[in-house]
Amino acid sequence: MNQPIYGVMAEFDNPSALVSAARAAREKGYRKLDAYSPFPIEELSDALHLHKNKLPLLVLIGGIVGGTIGYALQYFVAVMYYPINVGGRPLHSWPAFIIITFEMTILFAALTAVFGMLGLCGLPMPYHPTFNVPRFALASRNRFFLCIESDDPLFDHRKTSEFLETLGPREVSEVAH
Amino acid sequence: MAKDQQVLDSPESKQIIAPGYTFGTVTDQIASVVLTKKTPYVVMGTFAVAMGLLLIFLLAVGLLFTKGLGVWGLRGPTMWAWDITNFVWWVGIGHAGTLISAILLLLNQQWRNSINRFAEAMTIFAVACAGMFPILHLGRPWLMYWLFPYPNTMGIEPNFRSPLIWDVFAVSTYATVSLLFWYVGLMPDLATLRDRSEHRALKVTYGILAMGWRGSAKHWAVYETASLLLAGLATPLVLSVHTVVSFDFTVGIVPGWHSTFFPPYFVAGAIYSGFAMVLALAIPLRSVYGLKGLITDKHLDNAAKVMMATGLIVGYSYIMEAFSAWYGGNVYEQAAMWNRMTGPYKYQYWVLIACNVIAPNALWFKKVRANSVVLFIWSLIVLVGMWLERFVIIVASLAQDNLPSSWRVFESTRWDWATYLGTIGLFLFLFMLFIRLLPMISIFEVRTLLPQAKIKEDSRR
Repeated sequence: MNQPIYGVMAEFDNPSALVSAARAAREKGYRKLDAYSPFPIEELSDALHLHKNKLPLLVLIGGIVGGTIGYALQYFVAVMYYPINVGGRPLHSWPAFIIITFEMTILFAALTAVFGMLGLCGLPMPYHPTFNVPRFALASRNRFFLCIESDDPLFDHRKTSEFLETLGPREVSEVAH
Repeated sequence: MAKDQQVLDSPESKQIIAPGYTFGTVTDQIASVVLTKKTPYVVMGTFAVAMGLLLIFLLAVGLLFTKGLGVWGLRGPTMWAWDITNFVWWVGIGHAGTLISAILLLLNQQWRNSINRFAEAMTIFAVACAGMFPILHLGRPWLMYWLFPYPNTMGIEPNFRSPLIWDVFAVSTYATVSLLFWYVGLMPDLATLRDRSEHRALKVTYGILAMGWRGSAKHWAVYETASLLLAGLATPLVLSVHTVVSFDFTVGIVPGWHSTFFPPYFVAGAIYSGFAMVLALAIPLRSVYGLKGLITDKHLDNAAKVMMATGLIVGYSYIMEAFSAWYGGNVYEQAAMWNRMTGPYKYQYWVLIACNVIAPNALWFKKVRANSVVLFIWSLIVLVGMWLERFVIIVASLAQDNLPSSWRVFESTRWDWATYLGTIGLFLFLFMLFIRLLPMISIFEVRTLLPQAKIKEDSRR
């Protein structure tokens, strides 16, 4: 676990090179790797097998919880806590409760989507070893990075660096902790 | 040499943004507005005007709080007039931002990518302006928290069967979701600003706001799911919000309000006025900041088409409104419609018909849609028309309701004007701060539009 470095990182100047490098690294058997790009790349998620995540399930649960809370709140207030008799009309007037139930469903689902996304990404994370690479600032502009992390079983500082060099990067650098 | 002939397999699709941009240049061009460029004099001038109007707003609100609602022209039977007109107008303007950011995302309309950011900002600021009117109209605005159900010692709770409470939930949900959606969209661009700014304080500020975003593929995958889910949630939400706003009227039995087609009619009107506001903001912005390569004539053309289409729906609704009032056979409805067309508010009515039904037909012509100056003027005409529409629906119906003995023509006061113009000031003030402090075009989404962003896979795969 206590590796002297976080990993080695290769820099590419176009998205196609990054995608083929990511595929090559997967084929080589590396599993602990991550790619960094200035915009989402569909093929990259495909290359790194990232297509499934738990967010849709979380959002569904959030929506159901929100809707239930919304309806239960109105039922409790209108029927039990503060019943108002309007000309003998039923207290449990469900058609009038639909709108707030709907709004609460959307509100809870949206909050779950945002906070769930942050949670699954582990954000906010003010420090990350990749920020130690000076050129990494370009990952949010026009450069594409592939990082093989040192806790990968196949990781070997020299061999992995050499492997990355074969993929035609602009530069390979090591990522300090 | 036949072999050297270059043959295109399929003609290249029409570019949404101008050719010649690279990942670096789009980033720098958009980020430079925030980071390096000097603020143009036009922007400083607008900011000054906005600030002035904002001060007028504070004065008007201060007077309202000390003297009460009588400073506005509210007299029975017209107990809500400009305030609710402004509320509906502002909420409606906000809807175009959500339409662009959510519905067009789901429909995979890529041209939205360079206008969605400032359209979403427009939504948030418009909803902020809208939200103030119902609160100011409460009479005792400091007790506004009574609108929410909370455990209290008074032993009373809001009535969930009232459209006004539905409005509280709809608008507050809408404001929250719009803000979250906007912020999520900003995160990658805040990271760009963090990496591009040289000043230490800026780096730290943008760094905190970006939450440590580093563009990891693992994050992008979750991020894309989150964006799609939020878009899918915002789409029914935006339609529900103006539907609920229209329920404020239709659930009442005032002649001219009590009608089942208000929800779709209001939603179309909302998008109509919202696109007008998008055009009114985009046209000056792109020429002041030299962004014509990113917000191209194609964008204006598309926005104008949406504006015209929704304008035609609105025009159809006016015709159906008059028709159903006549055909329904209810004397009160017939009288209310006749009063609208020929009564004390006839000028407002016919001006709104000219603005909303006749004027948008000019947009059938490509020449009109290609001329940004004309388009700018047209969008202002639509904004005026849509304000008048709400005014006529609300005030003409209330001033001459079921009981002729209580009829009274509404007269606006200078404080009605001051409050209304004041919110325009607030809107512009917030908007000018936004374009100065945050990237007004979504940088990462524009990068995906570039031809370089297309992945060329090896043929052997």
